[in-house]
Amino acid sequence: MKKLSEFIIEKLIFLSGIASILFVLLILVFLLKEGLSLFRTVNPIDFITGTNWYPISDPPQFGILPLIIGSLFVTFGAIVIAVPLGIASAVYVAEVAPPWLRDFLKSGIELLAAIPSIVLGFIGIITLAPFLKSTFNLSSGLTAMAGSIMLAFMSMPTIVSIIEDSIASVPKSYKEGSLALGATRWQTIYRVTLPAASSGILAAVMLGIGRVVGETMAVLMITGNAAVMPTSMLQPVRTLTATIAAEMGEAVSGSPHYYSLFAIGIILFIISFAINLSADMFLHRSKKKFKVKR
Amino acid sequence: MIDSKVKEKIAFAILLLATIIVIAPVALVLFVVLLNGLPALSFEFIFGMPHDGMRSGGIFPTIVGTIFLTIGTALFSIPFGILAAIYLNEYAERNWLTRVIEIAIVNLAGVPSIVYGLFGFSLFVAFLGFGSSILAGSLTLSIMTLPVIITATREALSAVPRSFREASYSLGASRWQTVRNVVLPNAIPGILTGTILGLSRAAGETAPILFTVAAFYLPKLPGSVYDQAMALPYHIYVLSTQVPNVSPKIQYGTVLVLVGMIFILNIFASYIRMHFRRKKTW
Amino acid sequence: MVDIQMTNDKLQMSNNNSKIKIQELSVYYNSIAAVKKVSFEVKKNEILGIIGPANSGKTSFLRAVNRLNELYPNSKNEGEILLDGKNIFTEIDVQMLRKRVGIVFALPLPLPMSIFDNVAYGPRLHGTTDKIKVAEIVEKSLRAAAIWDEVKDRLNTMAAKLSGGQQQRLCIARTLAVEPEVILYDEPCSGLDPISTFKVEEAMRVLKKEYTQILVTNNVKQSARVSDRTAFFLMGELIEIDETKHLFTAPRDKRTEGYITGRFG
Repeated sequence: MKKLSEFIIEKLIFLSGIASILFVLLILVFLLKEGLSLFRTVNPIDFITGTNWYPISDPPQFGILPLIIGSLFVTFGAIVIAVPLGIASAVYVAEVAPPWLRDFLKSGIELLAAIPSIVLGFIGIITLAPFLKSTFNLSSGLTAMAGSIMLAFMSMPTIVSIIEDSIASVPKSYKEGSLALGATRWQTIYRVTLPAASSGILAAVMLGIGRVVGETMAVLMITGNAAVMPTSMLQPVRTLTATIAAEMGEAVSGSPHYYSLFAIGIILFIISFAINLSADMFLHRSKKKFKVKR
Repeated sequence: MIDSKVKEKIAFAILLLATIIVIAPVALVLFVVLLNGLPALSFEFIFGMPHDGMRSGGIFPTIVGTIFLTIGTALFSIPFGILAAIYLNEYAERNWLTRVIEIAIVNLAGVPSIVYGLFGFSLFVAFLGFGSSILAGSLTLSIMTLPVIITATREALSAVPRSFREASYSLGASRWQTVRNVVLPNAIPGILTGTILGLSRAAGETAPILFTVAAFYLPKLPGSVYDQAMALPYHIYVLSTQVPNVSPKIQYGTVLVLVGMIFILNIFASYIRMHFRRKKTW
Repeated sequence: MVDIQMTNDKLQMSNNNSKIKIQELSVYYNSIAAVKKVSFEVKKNEILGIIGPANSGKTSFLRAVNRLNELYPNSKNEGEILLDGKNIFTEIDVQMLRKRVGIVFALPLPLPMSIFDNVAYGPRLHGTTDKIKVAEIVEKSLRAAAIWDEVKDRLNTMAAKLSGGQQQRLCIARTLAVEPEVILYDEPCSGLDPISTFKVEEAMRVLKKEYTQILVTNNVKQSARVSDRTAFFLMGELIEIDETKHLFTAPRDKRTEGYITGRFG
């Protein structure tokens, strides 16, 4: 008894459903189309392990190791800052804060998420960089550390909300059992609740890493612009993402430089794919563990 | 031997401190931006055209460009996003295809924004020949915004109680009739909230528009979707890093306008959420 | 051999007053049988009560009659149900079936719309768009469900604002509005006070004239009050089916007697 209009719209619904798969494939295809062209002239091993990134010199050198290390430094620093703070805030908001304060804090975290990265980058240049410069007596505050601090805050809302959700899905019976045995709330939190929420915490950390690795504008503005192998957090670095943003404007379409930027894009795509896939699996597992009824 | 109660008090104090540290940047940003940006705001600044290579005048085309891009993003991402969510929640069975779609959505959400920029450039600007244009920029931003809209819509659809669907089916309704008449109307507030939040994020993005639409100094308004446009986030980027001797007032003013727009959108979304929570019809 | 049997049955159905014929029906959830090879018939314009303890399969059975159990992916049927001789699983379109076989649920389920729109929902689904006709159907159904006088002045208020008993009668009106032939009741009075229960039972008696009704109830006395025949289900099987007065005074099976007298269940 299906009318024609209903038939058409149900077909549209199905097409929209599989559209996401289409788009992921499309992105991969176009990245590969341009990026793989690089490897006609450059050896992939040299690309990944080469320590010299001089794309506009003659002859050009396309070693992205400094960029990978740059991304690694910034990411590692950001996670070291964000994870303890994130777990602590999530615990506070989910378990300790009185209701009136909880709403206020949650709004604050939501607002943090709403600030565009370009604005945080701008504020960072103006406040954070000079602060680091004077504190550590550097020639410039635009360093990996500045990037780590910024990115830590940018990834915080993601980390906090996922951990919050995980804590909330720990069955009340676990908590009540512990309290009934005479434990304090704090003891219950670190002995029972947090271990029970561990898959969720792991997923949050992974998604936080994903968020940090993928950030472009703020890092571009605040980590200096030195595509060389860094030796400390207080030096300027260049991340994979910032490189694309900074150099795409100058790269001639169809040149090896142009292809190399797409090759970096492929690497970023693979990294984020791997991170997001694993994080999703951890989240899936943590949801199944407690059979959350929705 | 420290009493465990005392340990608890210390621990909770530390936790509170951590939470305050986490939200501190929000206060910092608002403070700095408002303090320095408010003096820059004037009718001339918001509605005037730029002069002198951006060193004076207003930022009207930038605001217009951002608005056009946001509308364009909405036009493409909202219909497909809602339909995709309907498919996943109301039609799809729990099989491998559904799982693959869900994984694809998670990945679209995680792709770095600059990679979207590369993709948008090579597909829309180069391959399809749209050139650097509002069209290319909107399409790129919409693919990026799609996962956000799908997720928000799915949540809104799931919140509609199953019993309503049962009642509708028991009267002989088809699946689409049930979705259209019972599920969708009651999910609209949630969908609206999520959509507005998703669009506000798109409005603030820089990387995807770097090579697909953005221009720095176009002292006229865009005339068609094939035109380049100025946009607030890109503008801030260039002003902060590449143009020498720009008065800080203009920088802060532009930042304030962007933050203001996003803030207004977020408030609007929260208002909708609260308003409909009170008016709940079940 | 089987063909002749089926043709005979079909002839029988057009001759006598059988409305629904259940043949070797089994209903499975997750491979566990909730209903086991049940066979009986429902006569035109009767009220058939189905009683039995929890997990006896009576609700699973009821939901198979309008194929509502198909909303759950883990459920499966075997056997046949014939409505006026046609197999509801293979020969009748499921939307058409649900129009002909309506259901009233245990908990009142008003749709999140006004009283008027709730009742009008069904007819509009099936193509009635003329405003006057819709209004006529709404009034007729609300009257038949014995609730018209209580709501006629506030048809545009939200249905959720009615009391439980009123909502339930609204749901009956909603079901009547699609002009079914059969009405199924799944413990319709379980959440209602005695007066509302009385009103619902009254409505059922009046509806007998035009509809065939199947009433699943946990309340044995209700079936005794209202139904013409009663069936007793236990652990997914049909133990006994008879005219109500016979079943309640002289049940043939010991288990029936045990349940009715309250020794178990």
